[in-house]
Amino acid sequence: MPLVKQGRLTTDLFVHVTDGAELPGDGAVLVTAERFLADPEALLRRAGKVGVIWPNNRNLDDLVPHLGRLASVALVFPTFRDGRAYSQARLLRERYGYDGELRATGQILRDQFVFMTRAGFDAFEVKKDADADAFAQTMKRYSVFYQPTGDGRVTALNRRMQLRHSESAGQ
Amino acid sequence: MYAYDELDRTLINERVSEFRDQVKRRLSGELTEDEFKILRLQNGVYLQLHAYMFRVAIPYGTLSSKQLRRLAHVARRYDRGYGHFTTRQNIQFNWIKLAELPDALADLAEVGIHAMQTSGNNMRNVTSDQWAGVAPGEIEDPRIWSEIIRQHTTLHPEFSFLPRKFKIAITAAEHDRAAIKIHDIGLRLHKNADGETGFEVLVGGGLGRTPFIAKTIKPFVSGRDILSYIEAILRVYNQYGRRDNIYKARIKILVHELGIEKFAKEVEEEWKAMGDVGLTLDHTAIEEVRSRFSYPAYEKLPHMPDELKQAAHDKLFERWRKNSVSAHKVQGYSIVTLSLKPVGGPPGDATAEQMDAVADLADKYSFGEIRVGHEQNLALPHVAKRDLPVLFKALDRLGLATPNVNLVTDIIACPGLDYCSLANARSIPIAQELTRRFANHDTADLIGRLHINISGCINACGHHHVGHIGILGVEKNGEEFYQITIGGRADENAQLGTLIGPAVPYAEVADVIEDIVEAYLALRDRPEELFVDTVKRLGVEPIRERVYATR
Repeated sequence: MPLVKQGRLTTDLFVHVTDGAELPGDGAVLVTAERFLADPEALLRRAGKVGVIWPNNRNLDDLVPHLGRLASVALVFPTFRDGRAYSQARLLRERYGYDGELRATGQILRDQFVFMTRAGFDAFEVKKDADADAFAQTMKRYSVFYQPTGDGRVTALNRRMQLRHSESAGQ
Repeated sequence: MYAYDELDRTLINERVSEFRDQVKRRLSGELTEDEFKILRLQNGVYLQLHAYMFRVAIPYGTLSSKQLRRLAHVARRYDRGYGHFTTRQNIQFNWIKLAELPDALADLAEVGIHAMQTSGNNMRNVTSDQWAGVAPGEIEDPRIWSEIIRQHTTLHPEFSFLPRKFKIAITAAEHDRAAIKIHDIGLRLHKNADGETGFEVLVGGGLGRTPFIAKTIKPFVSGRDILSYIEAILRVYNQYGRRDNIYKARIKILVHELGIEKFAKEVEEEWKAMGDVGLTLDHTAIEEVRSRFSYPAYEKLPHMPDELKQAAHDKLFERWRKNSVSAHKVQGYSIVTLSLKPVGGPPGDATAEQMDAVADLADKYSFGEIRVGHEQNLALPHVAKRDLPVLFKALDRLGLATPNVNLVTDIIACPGLDYCSLANARSIPIAQELTRRFANHDTADLIGRLHINISGCINACGHHHVGHIGILGVEKNGEEFYQITIGGRADENAQLGTLIGPAVPYAEVADVIEDIVEAYLALRDRPEELFVDTVKRLGVEPIRERVYATR
């Protein structure tokens, strides 16, 4: 599965570890929420980064206390029509101030890249190679945005008001 | 009229090129039909019985003559020469070829029209009163707010993959022409005790197989906070709305399952927790949008011009005027409704020639502006009264002066089994037959205001639950049957209709409706008592007895 991170195809340093499987001695791992919550301290003591795969139907409350020590949070799109993780992403970034890797997993197509980036994702496990290759190009698709989100892009309304302000200042 | 600026234009052009890429990837096989389905639905493209159907948004029902001409062009160039106006201020084309869709979209984008989010599980076209800005006694023009919300909901990064579709409607008049109580969010503009403009927010209305009338979640949300409040509702819905069953995924089910108090509490908590996230609309921001709306330079005209006095002896004109012409907030002007319900015709259809001609008439008599209402009729919102006689003649020649607005033959109907892959039964032929049964306009006048709504299946696109008479097509052993309800309404006193008796076969529907109307005429206590008021006063039983006595 190609991983796009910070706009580029990258080698995935994280290993997905399934619930029953043994943890590698070191190296970065992504574990399920259940496994993580069963003994967070043990996992965090390990040499190697820890990321958690958080299901889209689980409240974020149990995750929030650990955010500062996590290297990655992976949110899940079981199908790309299931948009719950967009809300989770915005809450993690904008309300809880999470600034580590925020990874989109599941059915990820190029058609979601702009939405996901705006919601705060910065890493994408992309389903198709062609979509991963098209990441940079796809991100240039839109230059106008109507809604303010935590990504800091200036909204159409703010641009209009800035324009109006500079016009009246120039008179 | 709202005038697009460079940013609005850029965005819809960017959307057109994105969709062009999606169609290209589908045609090359890079996207599966399953993947493409979601993407095309985000842009108003359905696969129907015979072809792709393409739904184009007419936000809050306002069109310029230039835009209407472009819709005529799309009908002519890419379709079969006509379009169908829907109950949510959209127009549908039924015979579009997939490969040509990006070009049709590009043609529309040139005049500021798009098809973004006219289907799919996202925030749909924001609808409003078709008389917005011209209706007497309005709080203020609700289109300002509709446009603010239209922009905010367009390509929203968090709410483009909701559990199910999501519809918002806004009214600012005492009489609700936008049917806000059957929407996911209904907004009623009003002023609070301090004279501040804001909204009563209703939530959880909707029809379909589990109909609900919307409930008030907050009696007053100030205009400056409306976006953040809507965002809070949507965030609760996006996270907790059901996704396990498509028929239980609308917000109405969440509201019903939690109860309105609990749901309101969840929203309130989310809203408080949001803090300042840049959604507060200050005065400058609202004025920025308001400034992009232009209004006609009305003349100072007499209340009763000579032309109108002279035309008063023309019976046909007078009948049409009394039926289709309504009061305007400016003296000397009128709002004229153009009936798209000719006797024997499919409700809501207009040919390319009619669209072009209406655009010309709008230029001549209505400051170039046209409106589209949820009743599937058009309106010219600013007609000088002196022009009414000549406008009548022109409309009559076009077949757009049927004097049946709000009468028994002003039927709302979905496309039904003639077009739709979801339908169980035909809707249009039932509507056509009823318009023939009640073709005599004197009879229709005598009956008075009476809304008949027809849906070809339980999805209720024809809003049958809220028709004064509602007709729902169902399938029984491979045959088309119809359930009939009475007493529904979609206005400020919105109510669901009550089933009057067993379903009847296709061939008997018109007879039953005639019997219902006859029963009403016999039972009403005076000619002014409307059908729906008689049902309210007497209940269903006396009408049922009369209609089903001999069946």
